[in-house]
Amino acid sequence: MTAQPAAASADGAFVEFDRVQKSYDGETLVVKDLNLQIGKGEFLTMLGPSGSGKTTCLMMLAGFETATHGEIRLGGRPINSVPPHKRGIGMVFQNYALFPHMSVAENLAFPLEVRGLGKAEREAKILRALDMVQMGRFASRRPSQLSGGQQQRIALARALVFDPELVLMDEPLGALDKQLREHMQFEIKRLHDQLGITVVYVTHDQGEALTMSDRVAVFNDGRIQQLAPPAELYERPKNSFVAQFIGENNKLPGTVEEFGEDRAVVRLASGEVIDATPVNIRSKGQQTLVSIRPERVEFKPEMMPAGAHTLDAEVVEVIYMGDIFRTRLKVAGSDDFVMKCRNTLGQTRLVPGQHVRIGWHPQDARALDPL
Amino acid sequence: MADITADIAPGPTAGSSDPAAGRLTTADGQPLARALARAQARSRRRALLLVAPLLLFVLITFVVPIGQMLYRSVHNDAFARNMPNLAIWFADHPAGTEPDEAAFAALAADLQKARADKTAGEVGTRINYEISGTRSLFTSSARNADDLQPPYRESVLALDEDWGDPRLWQVMRGASTAYTASFYLAALDLTRDETGAIARVEENRRVYVRLFVKTLALSALITGICLMLGFPVAHLLAVLPLARSNLLMILVLLPFWTSLLVRTTSWMVLLQEQGVINNMLVAGGVIDDGSRIRMMYNQAGTIIAMVHILLPFMILPLYSVMRPINPSYVRAARSLGATSWTAFRRVYLPQTLPGIGAGSLLVFILAVGYYITPALVGGASGQLISNLIAYHMQDSLNWSMAAALAAILLAIVLMLYWLYDRLIGIDNMKLG
Repeated sequence: MTAQPAAASADGAFVEFDRVQKSYDGETLVVKDLNLQIGKGEFLTMLGPSGSGKTTCLMMLAGFETATHGEIRLGGRPINSVPPHKRGIGMVFQNYALFPHMSVAENLAFPLEVRGLGKAEREAKILRALDMVQMGRFASRRPSQLSGGQQQRIALARALVFDPELVLMDEPLGALDKQLREHMQFEIKRLHDQLGITVVYVTHDQGEALTMSDRVAVFNDGRIQQLAPPAELYERPKNSFVAQFIGENNKLPGTVEEFGEDRAVVRLASGEVIDATPVNIRSKGQQTLVSIRPERVEFKPEMMPAGAHTLDAEVVEVIYMGDIFRTRLKVAGSDDFVMKCRNTLGQTRLVPGQHVRIGWHPQDARALDPL
Repeated sequence: MADITADIAPGPTAGSSDPAAGRLTTADGQPLARALARAQARSRRRALLLVAPLLLFVLITFVVPIGQMLYRSVHNDAFARNMPNLAIWFADHPAGTEPDEAAFAALAADLQKARADKTAGEVGTRINYEISGTRSLFTSSARNADDLQPPYRESVLALDEDWGDPRLWQVMRGASTAYTASFYLAALDLTRDETGAIARVEENRRVYVRLFVKTLALSALITGICLMLGFPVAHLLAVLPLARSNLLMILVLLPFWTSLLVRTTSWMVLLQEQGVINNMLVAGGVIDDGSRIRMMYNQAGTIIAMVHILLPFMILPLYSVMRPINPSYVRAARSLGATSWTAFRRVYLPQTLPGIGAGSLLVFILAVGYYITPALVGGASGQLISNLIAYHMQDSLNWSMAAALAAILLAIVLMLYWLYDRLIGIDNMKLG
């Protein structure tokens, strides 16, 4: 778990959303009561399904949408009524938005020209920005003569060339293929570390969010569901939505039978009983959804803590995936329970039809709100 | 699989390339280019067959008439064919020669021939194009041609002393050859003086050049107004959600679906001095009854009605260019520090240039050749060059003149097209 960055420090956040609400039609709220502080130099990702309000938040920060209620502050200064061109925020768009009628160098010169920089200074900055993304040779090309990945680099360079302190990225890697995407993730991360800029990154790709961010804000239904560093998000989801949205997850519905400070016992519909850690359940008898990561499920008795409850499981299917065996089990009457077994030398090979008993550390099973 | 690889494997030696000949051949030794041509010939013939009807149609209805028009503008043998003796005399004597006895003898012989063939009217009409009132000179002289006796000079002049007019002889000389540039000269307000040199016509008869200039200026003005009015509309259409922009688009296209005549006459209803707009202004007290605005039967009427009719031709290309422009370009420009005006000027506008070019060229070319609207609402001052062409086609029956004017118009349009290609590039044009 990474240490909490300077974000929440008391000496004032760099970017701050204060009780921000947004409605387009006057009837429904797209963003509901958003409170978010982003620290200087932080890499914050807004993650969520489409329509969750994350892009709207980004657009409000950039100045292309106005907040219906609440205040957005940048460096302590309210910017609600500051037009976009005076905010000094760099932005990378999903479709790159490179001006097609200008060469790469002209694209990069644009923000410098409108700021009235001299020719020599402009050229120096353009050169530096292009070198930063290893595109120095392409200055005279037209955007249409570049590949998607190259255009992405230019878009990045253009957003950085005027030395903004804050850079917004709206699903910048959405149009690239997987390999290029992973490479660019690394590049963006490197630039972030190197330049010390603050990045607000919007994506619906959880892998991207987990690998790049200092903190991730998971959006759903116009609210931040959880704001946490990636590891915490993955390992300690605060509610069912986050647990289900981030990574693969097994869900076992049941009723709370025993309820303690850090331990609960949940009775499943099949009558079996399991251990879990209470997260957002409040009392005995409540309906709950227990969530367990597939890689935390064990089927060998020696790997389970002493005295833990176990469940009977029937192997339905074993898929060989190279590094792991993805094993689908029938547990508590439902056959979509997944267990991931590492492909090690001594691993027991399960076969369909086989019966095993599965279990886990109680802290890996999180009793959440029923969906 | 095995078969194919076996075929390909010996390729370098038996097939594809023969280094000695330096040319590619097929597997059985034929030159590759010829084999390819043969293989494609059948499909090419079939494709030609498919376009043949259109080709024929274009040839018959477009290429041939235009060719004929161009021919007519330089060829008129009404005089040369019917006045052979005089034509010979003109050919033998250089320009500027005083008509001598032989010339009058030839004239007398030709007038007698014209009487016999009943062609005096035709000849007179040809000369009448250039000197009005001469048609009757020919017909009446031909009627009395049989009375002509030598010496012909006195005899002809006794018939009508107008035959002594040196300008008449100058014009007859011009008409004595079947091929002539005199129609082009006339279309440019030029003529040949007594010595045969090119000179401008008298001040009060210079109509064509002024009308050409006026046509071009009015067309440019109409194009400019269309652009000013059409650009915001096209932009609105492009940024509105599709359902609403489709509705608006129907309103834009509505004028297309009504007859040109209906549209033009409804402008007459609206704009005339006793029309709806003037009545409303008077009723509203904006103007008093005595000073009703003349918006019809003058240039203003032509401009208003033509802008309305040609506006869709500007909006459609603009719209088709603007629709695919992603709003993120302007947003990117704004986020990079540009004011909304700078973002428009440097990022949005350049991307709409192909549409502006296409729309302007389309509207301008249509406007230059527009006929019906100026004819109906233009009055005297709102007439364009096409109205004059129509006049020569229908009233003065001087088809050669009409052809020359049309050919000059065509040349101007082609020149503008060439200029456009040089400045913006035809490849950059986007019509829809």
